[in-house]
Amino acid sequence: MTSELDIFVGNTTLIDEDVYRLWLDGYSVSDAVALRVRSGILEQTGATAAVLQSDTMDHYRTFHMLERLLHAPPKLLHQLIFQIPPSRQALLIERYYAFDEAFVREVLGKKLSKGTKKDLDDISTKTGITLKSCRRQFDNFKRVFKVVEEMRGSLVDNIQQHFLLSDRLSRDYAAIVFFANNRFETGKKKLQYLSFGDFAFCAELMIQNWTLGAVDSQVDDMDVDLDKEFLQDLKELKVLVADKDLLDLHKSVVCTALRGKLSVFSEMEANFKNLSRGLVNVAAKLIHNKDVRDLFVDLVEKFVEPCRSDHWPLSDVRLFLNQYSASVHSLDGFRHQALWDRYMGTLRGCLLRLYHD
Amino acid sequence: MPGKLKVKIVAGRHLPVMDRASDLTDAFVEVKFGNTTFKTDVYLKSLNPQWNSEWFKFEVDDEDLQDEPLQITVLDHDTYSANDAIGKVYIDIDPLLYSEAATVISGWFPIYDTIHGIRGEINVIVKVDLFNDLNRFRQSSCGVKFFCTTSIPKCYRAVIIHGFVEELVVNEDPEYQWIDRIRTPRASNEARQRLISLMSGELQRKIGLKVLEMRGNAVVGYLQCFDLEGESGLVVRAIGTACTLDKLSSPAAFLPACNSPCKEMKEIPFNEDPNPNTHSSGPSTPLKNQTYSFSPSKSYSRQSSSSDTDLSLTPKTGMGSGSAGKEGGPFKALLRQQTQSALEQRGGSPHRFCKRREFPFFTLTAFPPGFLVHVGGVVSARSVKLLDRIHNPAFVGIMGNTRSYKLLDWNSFNADEPETRDAWWAEIRQEIKSHAKALGCHAVVGYSESTSICEEVCILSASGTAAVLNPRFLQDGTVEGCLEQRLEENLPVGCGFCHIPYDELNMPFPAHLTYCYNCRKQKVPDVLFTTIDLPTDATVIGKGCLIQARLCRLKKKAQAEANATAISNLLPFMEYEVHTQLMNKLKLKGMNALFGLRIQITVGENMLMGLASATGVYLAALPTPGGIQIAGKTPNDSSYEQHISHMQKKINDTIAKNKELYEINPPETSEEVIGSPIPEPRQRSRLLRSQSESSDEVIELDLSHGKKDAFVLEIDDTDAMEDVHSLLTDVPPPSGFYSCNTEIMPGINNWTSEIQMFTSVRVIRLSSLNLTNQALNKNFNDLCENLLKSLYFKLRSMIPCCLCHVNFTVSLPEDELIQVTVTAVAITFDKNQALQTTKTHIEKSLQRASTDNEELLQFPLELCSDSLPSHPFPPAKEHLESASSNSGIPAAQRAVTVEKASPMGEGNFRNRSAPPCANSTVGVVKMTPLSFIPGAKITKYLGIINMFFIRETTSLREEGGVSGFLHAFIAEVFAMVRAHVAALGGNAVVSYIMKQCVFMENPNKNQAQCLINVSGDAVVFVRESDLEVASTQQAAATCQPLCTGGEVTT
Repeated sequence: MTSELDIFVGNTTLIDEDVYRLWLDGYSVSDAVALRVRSGILEQTGATAAVLQSDTMDHYRTFHMLERLLHAPPKLLHQLIFQIPPSRQALLIERYYAFDEAFVREVLGKKLSKGTKKDLDDISTKTGITLKSCRRQFDNFKRVFKVVEEMRGSLVDNIQQHFLLSDRLSRDYAAIVFFANNRFETGKKKLQYLSFGDFAFCAELMIQNWTLGAVDSQVDDMDVDLDKEFLQDLKELKVLVADKDLLDLHKSVVCTALRGKLSVFSEMEANFKNLSRGLVNVAAKLIHNKDVRDLFVDLVEKFVEPCRSDHWPLSDVRLFLNQYSASVHSLDGFRHQALWDRYMGTLRGCLLRLYHD
Repeated sequence: MPGKLKVKIVAGRHLPVMDRASDLTDAFVEVKFGNTTFKTDVYLKSLNPQWNSEWFKFEVDDEDLQDEPLQITVLDHDTYSANDAIGKVYIDIDPLLYSEAATVISGWFPIYDTIHGIRGEINVIVKVDLFNDLNRFRQSSCGVKFFCTTSIPKCYRAVIIHGFVEELVVNEDPEYQWIDRIRTPRASNEARQRLISLMSGELQRKIGLKVLEMRGNAVVGYLQCFDLEGESGLVVRAIGTACTLDKLSSPAAFLPACNSPCKEMKEIPFNEDPNPNTHSSGPSTPLKNQTYSFSPSKSYSRQSSSSDTDLSLTPKTGMGSGSAGKEGGPFKALLRQQTQSALEQRGGSPHRFCKRREFPFFTLTAFPPGFLVHVGGVVSARSVKLLDRIHNPAFVGIMGNTRSYKLLDWNSFNADEPETRDAWWAEIRQEIKSHAKALGCHAVVGYSESTSICEEVCILSASGTAAVLNPRFLQDGTVEGCLEQRLEENLPVGCGFCHIPYDELNMPFPAHLTYCYNCRKQKVPDVLFTTIDLPTDATVIGKGCLIQARLCRLKKKAQAEANATAISNLLPFMEYEVHTQLMNKLKLKGMNALFGLRIQITVGENMLMGLASATGVYLAALPTPGGIQIAGKTPNDSSYEQHISHMQKKINDTIAKNKELYEINPPETSEEVIGSPIPEPRQRSRLLRSQSESSDEVIELDLSHGKKDAFVLEIDDTDAMEDVHSLLTDVPPPSGFYSCNTEIMPGINNWTSEIQMFTSVRVIRLSSLNLTNQALNKNFNDLCENLLKSLYFKLRSMIPCCLCHVNFTVSLPEDELIQVTVTAVAITFDKNQALQTTKTHIEKSLQRASTDNEELLQFPLELCSDSLPSHPFPPAKEHLESASSNSGIPAAQRAVTVEKASPMGEGNFRNRSAPPCANSTVGVVKMTPLSFIPGAKITKYLGIINMFFIRETTSLREEGGVSGFLHAFIAEVFAMVRAHVAALGGNAVVSYIMKQCVFMENPNKNQAQCLINVSGDAVVFVRESDLEVASTQQAAATCQPLCTGGEVTT
């Protein structure tokens, strides 16, 4: 006696969250059954392994049929084939688009192309995430990227509207899209200590302040591309380190303000010029795409690492950065106050986030 | 020109990509009704076309309106080659033809293709304007309402229950026509779908005519079935119960007298047409030859015929005026006379009305209080027939039945005439009738008919419950004073129906009678089997449970007559064993009555399968069942003795455990009071059966095991051992689960509103090597048990819950394949049973749920369907009725207006950048095989849903194998049912049934095909909680978010 056909169809589509997770994680039916058995479900319910097998198959089939709709979530809401309560629909979508931290760190900032897709094998081996799950996550990134890439308006809103994701997840996707578009390098060894959250935080600040959308909300691609004009202008900041008088003046203003307030004052005083040069040079170089990509590498190399080697506490970094950006306003010879604020305001936020072990 | 059908094609969405180059589609729509076709413009390069067409108008006969479906075809325009079909939508416009149902059909319909399944959706609006037609020779029966529900529908009152109506229509199956060899599978499937749709329409119309002739206005318990006889054709047959129904306390403004069969001009005036001038202009040009047939004697293009066609030509007196229930005194007298003559004698009178009353059968399974007086027991009849080939009379042969041979003589030269099939059924019905008579009953209730076909052999089966009815209901339920009289007759409410209707001294079979444990006055049998639902006033102890008997018998492969003989010979044994199993399992559960009994015998190439399902209960009026004793045949063997005693202990333990599980604690009765007339207990049978191969005389198989003490199971060989084992292998459902195959579970009456209807299908392949009956039985048993276990597991999140209306269907699609299809509904209930007083509204909705006698008196909410004048609490009744009607009807109308607006507002809605997730999705449509929705009140019946789909694939592997294919198809069928209900303005389907699920596969060719037939009643329901709010605020005419099913917005 072998089972040829075995199906269960409810008027309301049954969704088992546990099985859904196993499916999303890319387990085969037999692996999923084994995992469910291990979870003790047989003892709890008195079911047999055969029942579990049939149940798992059924759910997998349903998910497989739903997958096509999940690729365009608004379709899931309007389709008539599966009657699913709205809360369940939201859960299906949210879980489908959720991703693994380990995976996203591998892909973040990479071009979402076929070439990268070929590397998924390696990523799967490295992270222990099944290849199937890696593919799903990668395809999700790519799909979202393709849809919102050319779209006007707020990146987060666009993602939310076209993929019906939660606010949190939409923001994460905005960061992924932003990083993929600007190809920021995140994979270098010295950046390994940074989490996806760190990068997402920076991406959000940069989208808010450094893109075209930050100044004009009616431009195409406004949230995805950095404001080229702004990047051009940034080289004007070079005067802050190129002009020796200005640099000295800046240092003295900062030192006066912070004297007695920093536990690492002497280190700061000694390093001021180096740090300032580092930060201003990063700005001046952003005109080149290659250097944009290395932004995070540069920030860590030029600022985070020196400070960390001197054991600056975070509070001191904050005090320093605040003072460092604010005191530029009192430099009479400096004319690019607005530009400086746009640059430094974002950078300060990023640096504070990046500054940890 | 009695009607004008108006159709508007609004928009499409989610269309498939038809042009690979552009990834887009150039879609247009053909709208076809009868021979007239209109076309919309081509909407270029879009997957979401906005046609927003003018109103296409079809001027047609109402006869056509009843028969023909509206056919909408979506195509992709192709400049250079033939246009590609995307898919079709068939819309049954019947619900628009009666005045109380839907006024408009409007909504998103899935576009269905028999090869690709659902491919996008189309938004359509359909309206009908009917004109009064006084043509006395008319062939249509517009205005007769149809209900699948097998009880008097909620919100109606039965004035008269007229009785049995039946009809069948025969046609050639397009699949077997010569042209099928050259046309595409798609064309063949569509021809079949369309033909069956036409035949269903025709059948319904003819049944309607019979109802009108009986002066009724509705058919309740309408059951339509298809027999796919293969080469010999396609039979569509239907049975039902004709009634005169009255809408309960309906404001006359909204609901014109429903018992007036004449067609009312619909409330939709022409000026509602938004652009009334466009119908002569625009691109839409009627195609082909428009034919408007005004002739009453219409010629059909299709080849089909039906029985009793002469009836429709009978001039009707007083037709089209007045209501049948109120007028025509002499007519009523005639009815009474004929009813009685029919019920009391055999209908041998030459009078035509009496002929009609030949079969006092009722397809209802639940009745107004007082209707059912006594229940005799199950009556069933089966007959094995050979399907004869068309134009091949030599092939005709029917198994050794003299009567059947006689029939053949009449028909042997045109065997395909429906008269043959008619005669077959008439013969079976006659047998049922005589069985009922043998049980001292004049009527059969819970009546149903079924067939099982394998190659050219067909088993026809009919079964029902012999009963004595209160004759007054059959004429005029409103007769005052009859009730008191009746109540005096059966003073002890709750046990009356158990009392034997037959003469104690002249019993039709050996039975063990005792005085009723409830009233102590009348005699009752020790076990009662019925096919009906548990009567509301029955007193039940504890809870009920699903009891199944499963059986397989191998049979030699044979041809034609030899095959039929073999089957005929096997049938009595099957029936006997099924019955024994049922009886033993019932005893094992410690119960004494079966309700909803359905025995299905399925024939395959090399085996017969029997599956009986019923709900066991403990009726307080019947005696406590005895235990089961095992006796060994070899008493000398001590180890054997030990084994026997071990088994005995196990059985006793099981009985004790079951009694605890189902809370069966009957009050201790002192035996001497009861005074059992027959000392030793014996197993009784209520089952009478006969085969048509038996001679004209009814042979009653004595199922009471002769002289043997029936409580004793003798273990004389391994077979018997197996039987005992199988008895004990039935695992009770896990805790928190109950199951039954009746409408509701006796002993549970605090349902919550969460319901989940489902269909589950399993097919197993038997290993063909050395199949024995035992191995076969075990396989079949495991299949059913595992299926149930899977259901319990899947629905575990609903605990505590009950699987209601569990309906198993077995088929044998191929040699070694067994297919089991289950449809049921899981309903959660509140574990805290003490909440009854605060939850009266739930009980109200579950009128038939209350099984407790006291409760019934407190909440006699059968008021929707009853006609009891002496109501214990008449004021409460009035209150509820008025509340329901006042709030419910405007609500329903509101739903319709919302819907009318929605397709237009579509465009605006799209453009508005609504926040994600906030935009409302597809409205929820509930589906249930029950006649009610827990926690809700049905305010309106919108019409019958009767749909037939074929799905075929030539890429089985790519679609996920057989499971993937069927899973998707069933999901699509559900979707199409829901879409049709929503378009009618409804939010639920009640009495839903999947009547057929024929699955064929050919994995080697990577092909599969499946036919599904479903039906049900589309309704509007209002949550009890909403209802209460509404009734308090009705004056303010507040807008209330009900009928979500009506909202079909994007």
